[in-house]
This record gives sequence, C-alpha cells and structure tokens, in this order.
Amino acid sequence: MAQDKFWVKNLSKWMEGTGPDSEVVLTSRVRLARNIKNIPFPYLASDTQTQKIFNDVNRVVGNHKGEFKDFTFIKLEEMESLERQLCVEKHIISPQMAKDVRNSFVLLRNDEAVSIMINEEDHIRIQCLFPGLQLEGAWNLADKIDDIMESDLDYAFNEDRGYLTACPTNVGTGIRVSLMMHLPGLVITKQINRILSALSQVGLVVRGLYGEGTEVIGNIVQISNQITLGQSEKEIIRNLYAVAKQLIEQEEEARQNLLNESRENLADRAGRALGILSNARIVSSQEAMQLLSDLRLGVDLGLIDFDSKIINHLLVTIRPAHLQSMERKELDAYERDVCRATLIREKFIGSSK
Amino acid sequence: MLCQECNKMPATVHLTKIVNDKKTETHLCQQCASEKGELEFAFEPKFPIHHFFAGLLDFDGFETPVGIPGKTKIQCNNCGLTYAQFSQIGRLGCSDCYESFGEKLNSLLRRIHGSTRHTGKVPQRSGSAIKVKKELEQLRKDMQKKIADEEFEEAARIRDKIRELEKDTEGGGE
Repeated sequence: MAQDKFWVKNLSKWMEGTGPDSEVVLTSRVRLARNIKNIPFPYLASDTQTQKIFNDVNRVVGNHKGEFKDFTFIKLEEMESLERQLCVEKHIISPQMAKDVRNSFVLLRNDEAVSIMINEEDHIRIQCLFPGLQLEGAWNLADKIDDIMESDLDYAFNEDRGYLTACPTNVGTGIRVSLMMHLPGLVITKQINRILSALSQVGLVVRGLYGEGTEVIGNIVQISNQITLGQSEKEIIRNLYAVAKQLIEQEEEARQNLLNESRENLADRAGRALGILSNARIVSSQEAMQLLSDLRLGVDLGLIDFDSKIINHLLVTIRPAHLQSMERKELDAYERDVCRATLIREKFIGSSK
Repeated sequence: MLCQECNKMPATVHLTKIVNDKKTETHLCQQCASEKGELEFAFEPKFPIHHFFAGLLDFDGFETPVGIPGKTKIQCNNCGLTYAQFSQIGRLGCSDCYESFGEKLNSLLRRIHGSTRHTGKVPQRSGSAIKVKKELEQLRKDMQKKIADEEFEEAARIRDKIRELEKDTEGGGE
C-alpha cells in the first residue's frame, strides 16, 4: 500500500476530538443519498451506466473547480483491500462499499471531513463528518454540496416521494444524520439499556461504532434517524439534536453522581486503565476500547491528567487495517494484539503527566 | 472448540471454503471473524433489514380482496425488476420502480416512515420545473371545468396562459 496517499498517511479531521460537547459527542455525521434520473441504481446498472455517473460527477467537479479544489478522486478498484478497510475504519467509505467496488469512486476532501461516494448503494452519497456536536454545520455543508451537484445533474426526484433511493428506507429526504456518543456514565449506572430502548420510540436507531449490525464496544454508540420520508431535513436534525442534548445532560448527571459517590473508584478505574495500556504487551481491540473509555472518563472528569487527543486517535489507529497498514504487512489476530499494545505504549510515553 | 485465531474464545463461526476442489475449514469466534476482513458474512449488514421487508411485503397477502387473482406479476417497465424480486432483494431497481410499484409501495412506505409524502428539500433547478408542472396541471383542470360550464371565453384565456407557460419551459428550461 502506498504510504504517500494522504488517506493512508494522515488522520482525519474528525479524530481531533474538538467541537461543542466533545466530552460526550465524538462526531456528527450527515449523509445525503441522491440518484440520477433514468439510470438504474448501481447494483442493476451496466458498466457503461455507472461510468456515465462517474463522468457526470466528474463534469460537475470540472465546472466548479473552486468549490472542489481540495478534493481528490479515488477509484476503489485501484485500492488494495487493506486500504479500503482502512477507509472504512476512518468512516470515509461504508463497509458495504469496501466489498462491492465495481465502478465505485470516492471524492474525498483532503481533511476527510467530506467524502462523496459514487456508485455505492445509490449513485451519489454526500457525507459530511464533523467532530463534536455540529449537526447543523454538517447539514449546511452537505446541503451546499448537494446544490452544486444538482446545478449540473438531473436528480431522480418526485414531488410526492422526494429524492428516490435504491432502498425505500432512505427515500424522501435521503438524509441519514448520526452522532457517535461516548456514554460511560450511563453504562456504569446501568441506565443505558432503558434509555436506548426509549430512543426507538422517537424514530431513532442505535448501532455500534461501525454502523448496522456492529456491536457496541468501548461505551460508544451511534444514534441516527430512522425516518426519512414525511419530515423535513430540519425537523429530522432538530429531533436528533434535542435527543442528543438530553442524552448529554443525563450522561453528565450520571458522571456527576458517580463523582460525588465514588470518586476514588473512578480515579482507580482510570488509573488502572492507564497502567494496563502503558504496560501491556498483548491487547485485544475490545479490551483496548474498554480501557480507553475508562481512561477518557477519568480525563473528562479531571481525575487524571492525559492528552485526550491521543485517546481519540487511538480509537481508529488500533483497528486491524490501521495496524496492518502501519506494519506494512498482513497480521493474524495474535500479531495484531501485540502490535496494538506496542502502538499504545509508544503513544503513551511522555503523554501521562 | 476454541477459536483458531485467538485460542481464547469458543468458536461460533464455522467457515468451509472450497477452492478448486480443495476444502478448508476455519473455526473462529465472533470477534476474530469480524476482525478478519475476508469473513465479511460474519456481519452482513444489510441482511436483517431485507428479511424484515420480506415479512412486511408478505403481509400484503392478507389485504388482497377475495375473488381477485392474487399473483399478478408487477414489473417495472424501465428496469424490468419485478415486485417479487424487490421483496427478496429489498432494493428497487431504478427511480421508475417507485411509479411502477405504486400503491403496493405506499403501504410499505407507510409502515417504514409512517408517511408517503415528502415535505423536505426540493431541488433548486429541477424543482422549479415541478412547480411549473403543478401550475400547468391546475390550469388544465380549470380549463376543462370552464369548457364543461360552456364559459368558452374564459377557457380560451386559460388556454393562452397554458401555451405561454409551455413555451417558457421549453425555451428557458434546462
């Protein structure tokens, strides 16, 4: 894998761990699904048709050089499978896209905050990924890019059904808004299941770190809207924002209660996590995620002094494809656990004060 | 049986691969299976939702009125996808499918979204055409009504307006 490509070499902007409410909300993501009129959706389209979609998008980019000056086209078929996996771990492309690469491209902004997937499940998917709670900002940018695309492309749009998508679960606005949240307080105080099951009643879905079907590890959940038809984009965003604000409040209350009642226990937990992570030689990703969560909680509550940026980076860089890319070779599970422990130790040297 | 990768967890994912008549068996735990990129079936993300669809679509069977043949083949004229295929794949073939599967799709949309009508963003460029289209439809209706009421002068006035609008969209559009 070529190490000089920025999407292999660099860390994404969202990993900086900045932005409003970043102690609880890791990232805000807005994704718009769009299709071109009269061309079958990618899985049914011929090579000529998917090529046409790419050419069309390419033409838009050519016509709007200023707006797209920081973007690069990447052809998925030209990526090695490890490189694609790396992009999945960075949330640049979807897991599904990494599997089915036929004529797919990603148009990626250099800071990786915007990625436009071409010929994924839909012809075009515009994704904006911001650190912290910035749904409005992510939506405004996605909306702007959507307008630029639409100025040169004929979208499949119907006044009753809205934007037409391959899967009927996306039709209408075609919007999926999601937040990645770190909720250790609610997990420790055993409120999490009650709260998360209540979310499904307000039209929201809870998933693991890597989307549909992935498990919740390291106390990180992904919350997104289920309904895309019948509500406007603003309503959908406001709904998720309101729920997020409540979740943040509950999480902070839980943390405060924990701090009042069992300060030493929390400090002990964070200290042990730091101890293990600084010294372990073999660490599974699940264990690492849990320990990083414990450590982050201690840092957020001021019980331990540590650079939380390092924790943010590690959430992604300890994933299998990142480790293998770093070592520049394939690793089995045991080798990855060793390599992961080494990486964490190296990052921790000099960071704990 | 323990997982062959980590030798710690019980193996719950059993994979049999046959490549060129050579058979290999792999036994992994959930964790290792999902970490190993090539064993993607271990967390096939789209699978459950499509099953869910199939259930929703089968449910339509109850709503078919007695006396009407149940299995008429509904097919999209543009891409050729049949409704039966859609209910298996869970994805539509092209944007025309939304028209082709009409009412059947509406009941599905109602179940998924609780609504069948888009109220959000309208594309700026093609959206203006939609507005004009709506206006034209309304004018044609008005004209028919005037003709029926034998108010021919009024009808002619509306006809001229329609022609003007049509000329505008043909000349200035796209």
